[in-house]
Amino acid sequence: MVSEHTMNNMTQTLQQKLAILSDAARYDASCTSSGTTRRDSRDGKGLGSTEGAGICHAYAPDGRCISLLKILMTNFCIYDCAYCVNRVSSNVTRARFSVDEVVSLTLEFYRRNYIEGLFLSSGVIRNPDDTMADMVRIAKRLRTVENFRGYIHLKTIPDAAPEIIAEAGLYADRLSINVELPTDRSVQAFAPEKNPATIRAAMGDVRASRDASKEKSHTGKRPPKFAPAGQSTQMIVGADGATDATILTRSTSLYDDYKLRRVYYSAFSPIPDSTAKLPLIKPPLMREHRLYQADWLMRFYGFGVEEITAGAQDGNLDLEIDPKLAWALQNRHRFPLDVNKAGRDMLLRVPGFGTKTVNRILTTRRYRTLRYDDLLRLGASLKKARAFVTALDWTPGNLTDSIDLRARFAPPPEQLTLF
Amino acid sequence: MIGVPLPRIGTWEAWRDAARGLLSARVPPEDILWNWDNTATELFETDIPPPTTRQAIKVPADFVAMAQWVVWHKDPQRFARLYALLWRLRLDKGAMADRADPELARLRQMEKAVHRCKHKMRAFVRFRDLRSDGPRRSFAAWFEPTHHTVEPNAPFFARRFADMDWMIVTPDVTAKFSSGTLSFHEGRERPDLPDDAAEALWGTYFQNIFNPARLKVSAMTSEMPKKYWKNLPEAQYIPDMIAQAETRVREMAETAPTLEPARVARIHAQLQEAPQPASWNLLTAGLAGCTRCPLHGPATQVVPGAGPHDAALMIVGEQPGDQEDLAGTPFVGPAGQLFDQLAARAGLDRKAAYVTNAVKHFKFKEGAKRRLHVNPNTSEVSHCKFWLDTERTLLRPKLTLALGGTAMGALTGDAKAVMKRRGSIEDTPHGPVLITLHPSALLRMPPAARPEAEAAMVSDLQLAVRTLASLAPPMDQRQARG
Repeated sequence: MVSEHTMNNMTQTLQQKLAILSDAARYDASCTSSGTTRRDSRDGKGLGSTEGAGICHAYAPDGRCISLLKILMTNFCIYDCAYCVNRVSSNVTRARFSVDEVVSLTLEFYRRNYIEGLFLSSGVIRNPDDTMADMVRIAKRLRTVENFRGYIHLKTIPDAAPEIIAEAGLYADRLSINVELPTDRSVQAFAPEKNPATIRAAMGDVRASRDASKEKSHTGKRPPKFAPAGQSTQMIVGADGATDATILTRSTSLYDDYKLRRVYYSAFSPIPDSTAKLPLIKPPLMREHRLYQADWLMRFYGFGVEEITAGAQDGNLDLEIDPKLAWALQNRHRFPLDVNKAGRDMLLRVPGFGTKTVNRILTTRRYRTLRYDDLLRLGASLKKARAFVTALDWTPGNLTDSIDLRARFAPPPEQLTLF
Repeated sequence: MIGVPLPRIGTWEAWRDAARGLLSARVPPEDILWNWDNTATELFETDIPPPTTRQAIKVPADFVAMAQWVVWHKDPQRFARLYALLWRLRLDKGAMADRADPELARLRQMEKAVHRCKHKMRAFVRFRDLRSDGPRRSFAAWFEPTHHTVEPNAPFFARRFADMDWMIVTPDVTAKFSSGTLSFHEGRERPDLPDDAAEALWGTYFQNIFNPARLKVSAMTSEMPKKYWKNLPEAQYIPDMIAQAETRVREMAETAPTLEPARVARIHAQLQEAPQPASWNLLTAGLAGCTRCPLHGPATQVVPGAGPHDAALMIVGEQPGDQEDLAGTPFVGPAGQLFDQLAARAGLDRKAAYVTNAVKHFKFKEGAKRRLHVNPNTSEVSHCKFWLDTERTLLRPKLTLALGGTAMGALTGDAKAVMKRRGSIEDTPHGPVLITLHPSALLRMPPAARPEAEAAMVSDLQLAVRTLASLAPPMDQRQARG
């Protein structure tokens, strides 16, 4: 008997498949096309280039950038992860691209300057090895037959054999494996077929392969590059009960253990044909935003996870003010800071000072003693910083210790909706 | 007043050369009238030609890097501002470091604006296929930059789209890349470009990658300002996408969950072995239906481990052989028999041990008379490690004996150098592992080498006996180790 799905499949046009398989890919937050090796096609024999920072070619009304052609190879899937639109028990329309279709879409979009490259993910069909091997086939064809030098990101199927993942790393700029949820218990509850230990082992393999690819052999020969833009992962926020403190602690260990380039936080977004297990809520976008801010503080501002979460109520970050400001308000005894004398580590902790501003302060103050207006020109946001710093012609007086300081930054209270 | 004409194409080189001459001739900023592309008013024009000295002058590298971009800003004052700073830099070499200086801050701001424009051009140029018949494909785009960024930006497009011919037409300057050569021409009116079917596909992608539950319009417009929309094929869909977002989310929430499709039960049944079994019964049931690797296909049956479930010693071989595959019991073939003899010589009670294999299905190729053993590959071993780990978790042996490289790799995570490591005990999260050779290796040896190899193996097995006798930790210690 020919099932309904096979019938659909036979009549689907490329446009219909693209609609289904990009719709299915939209819940993956990652879009970066940065940080890989520099390549170009000046020799006239290929197509594409990568030069440090990637380019966001368009923005959708959800505010997310569109940098890569982010699609699923297929949204057929034998797994039943509760939070996923493609889970086996969902009735969404299914489709599958052929290798040729993905290759041609990528190249034709790239030639028209729509995209930086391809981000290929997939539902698990037949078994993890076959699925991953099909994805690798697409990347290999783009690189070796079509001479494509743009960006390729492959989402790794965690259960796939290490050899297949090792091959993927030769063609892809970035590999990623989603840890999906912040705790092992949640993964087991919501993604019964996925094994948190296997996911970690796969990330460990990618890290080991990357480390190995950086070592020269005894003859001085360099091994081929392996996923030069590193690996990343994604955690869904708000589907389970994990607190921000749990999430950030998990991220810290992911960054340290597997040398991840990025951990993406994805506010759980209601999906069509959802299971009753999950809340049909508005995605917690502000929470997601605060987690990214905290993540940045840990990676670029020298904050430890315990500092950020120290004052968090019930282990969650303050939604009304950013985590750096929240930290400063709890540590007022360390302020105000003299911008003309303070060291880099403390300047980085001033709310309203970014890393660039701090660098500029450090170079400029060798040249002159800084005033309030100078700080403005150096790019500081003084609306926040003014309460925490002193300059040649500025002192916050008792502003730093005033009890209503938090209220000056937090948005005015909103009446709760009655419906 | 000295009038300095600057061309629209090649502005940077012209300004740099002129500034070099003016500075060597000590011409102060207020005596210069920069006339870019004949846009200066006639009023102040003079006949004094600019000096042509080409004396080398020293300028901070930061300044050159900044000026190279600022000259493309649309502000008519850009050349004068740059020269004024250059004039100051003669006497005050450190001025570039003073980031808070108002004049420098203004120029840095202009530099940033040009960089942003450059970046947006790289992002928002949209080529259309001209469907040329030549050997190279040919594309063209119409773009309206905010600043004069076509010229400094064109090399980027040349590096990226080198295997095709392309043209970027703007009202300012047109860049043309033909057979590997880049050239610049006058700006033009918007040309009539042929329709391109790819734009409809791109529109489909743009509409479907959008998540209506996360509407954040200002985040979009701050990065993709409306002034660019008229030349972006995907922008036509934005108003409808915004207008329908709320309804789509509400309908999604109101639609009752559907019944799961019929195929789910079948797939679930296939996957049932996936969670790590918590009991011996579940292990046996899971093993029976295992399809993790392709070996289940040709094999007769799965060969699970055998022996007491409270054994202190676990013995792990490579994989079932021909006879084991038929019997469904491990260690009954020739290698198993040899092992039993050697164990007896070493005083090891084989019946008291739990015996199993690293891979639970027989891998073979058809020989002329019988099925020939083939080594399992890494993928098969790693799939089957799931079961081995389950056995180790359930059994918690005091000592595990690894017979040969495959078992050693599966048990210790490192399959290298079995000959060097044999006879040694290695610690693993599942307890100590004693490494020795696989009895089948002895069977394949020339008869002369056999006695010595057998003696070595017996000695390894005696070590196992001694270790077991000394390793009798109370339960709580074993728990702490796991």
